[in-house]
Amino acid sequence: MSDVLERVTKIVIEHLDVEAEKVTDKASFIDDLGADSLDNVELVMAFEEEFDIEIPDDAAEHIQTVGDAVKFISEKVG
Amino acid sequence: MRRVVVTGIGLVTPLGCGREVVWERLLAGQSGVGLIEHFETEDLACRVAGLVPRKDGRGGGRTSEAGVFDPDTVMSPRDQRRVDDFILYGIAAADEAIADSGWVPQSEEDKHRAGVMIGSGIGGLETTYDASILLHEKGPRRLSPFVIPGMLINLVSGQVSIKHGLKGPNHAVVTACSTGAHAIGDAARLVERGDADVMVAGGAEATVCRLGVASFIACKALSTGFNDTPERASRPYDKDRDGFVMGEGAGVVVLEEYEHAKARGATIYAEVKGYGLSGDAYHITAPAEDGDGGFRSMSAALRDAGLTPADIDYVNAHGTSTPKGDEIELRAVERLFGDAAGDVVMSSTKSAIGHLLGAAGAVEAIFSILAMRDGICPPTLNLDNPSVETAINLAPRTAVKRPVRAVLSNSFGFGGTNASVVFVAAE
Repeated sequence: MSDVLERVTKIVIEHLDVEAEKVTDKASFIDDLGADSLDNVELVMAFEEEFDIEIPDDAAEHIQTVGDAVKFISEKVG
Repeated sequence: MRRVVVTGIGLVTPLGCGREVVWERLLAGQSGVGLIEHFETEDLACRVAGLVPRKDGRGGGRTSEAGVFDPDTVMSPRDQRRVDDFILYGIAAADEAIADSGWVPQSEEDKHRAGVMIGSGIGGLETTYDASILLHEKGPRRLSPFVIPGMLINLVSGQVSIKHGLKGPNHAVVTACSTGAHAIGDAARLVERGDADVMVAGGAEATVCRLGVASFIACKALSTGFNDTPERASRPYDKDRDGFVMGEGAGVVVLEEYEHAKARGATIYAEVKGYGLSGDAYHITAPAEDGDGGFRSMSAALRDAGLTPADIDYVNAHGTSTPKGDEIELRAVERLFGDAAGDVVMSSTKSAIGHLLGAAGAVEAIFSILAMRDGICPPTLNLDNPSVETAINLAPRTAVKRPVRAVLSNSFGFGGTNASVVFVAAE
């Protein structure tokens, strides 16, 4: 879990150009971290690449926060 | 009739970035053409290009010089990765031109009256190339959502409008190597007709990638005999010329309605006095042998300006350094000028920076305007032995000092699309 969190946080910082302390569990990509819908698509792709998993579109729609992403990815990579 | 003047200038070229840096180097006879080192060229017949000197070392590693292109001044590193280089160059030139004009839209109405028309000949070729490879190797799920907005030609105009809050006409010209000239001419007409009071206009290009170079080689357009002496490769009118040299960059001007500019005490560089357009209806890449297309676009521009050839002191030629094109244009200018041919200076600044394709017309219009401002015509480099005799002074190797009252800038593109723009000194 902590490893996933660390890697997700790093990707979010890099792709959204935000400060580390803003990337909290509850932070919403769009509402808190300044992402738009295209940024979200790119983020999901980056997660897929980093963790070598597939995130289907309907699942991606529910990944709204850093916590959502960590939870989904942790379950996938088990 | 509303008059249109130029109140801002921005340049990103192989001679550097910024109006005065580029102009000084151009007049001093420096060349911005060098070896291509940022991708594999071993299997390419042409290995030279005019590259923008960049902070990342691309473009000859001239990183410590004045006028080096720094993309961090244009947008954040994150956003840079999401756009093709032609968009970065276009925004940088527009930023400079807008700052130079000193014009800042104050009200919502000001914003509605200001537009953008920055085109490109080809657009995001390298972005398209990279995305194609990614699609082929890794499949559709790996494609970034920024491929399309990163390569679309009108996204220079889009990005500039977003950055500067310009809500008037938002347009982009695509006419190959005539793009920059058409953009300035068409944008001037929008101001003249009252669609806008201010237009940010010009062209941007960045196609010096493997696909771009290899494809131009395939149509036998590029110089291939000067890979060991890149700065000698672009040599318009010279008997040893063997094709054009690709260049990259952007040229952008701020066009403004005359009373609007005067009311705010703006510095006026020149007035856009005439604009002419024509089509060859002849061949997809070759110019018509009789040069009639260029002749008619120049004639139309003069007629629109209400001037005669004898009024024009400097012509910035299309002059790409191809064996055929240079002489066809030269003959057309001779035919147009008649007895006045002996009094005009005509040079090709592509000899110094290569052919900036969709940006060429805008960059060269700017050079023409500066020639008028300073009373000096930039040289045609590498013109050691003219291939034909002419009464026209082609400014071989050295800039020519002379009073310049009016200038004409030519651009001709694949498809047989021709544009000529005439500027006169501001009163």
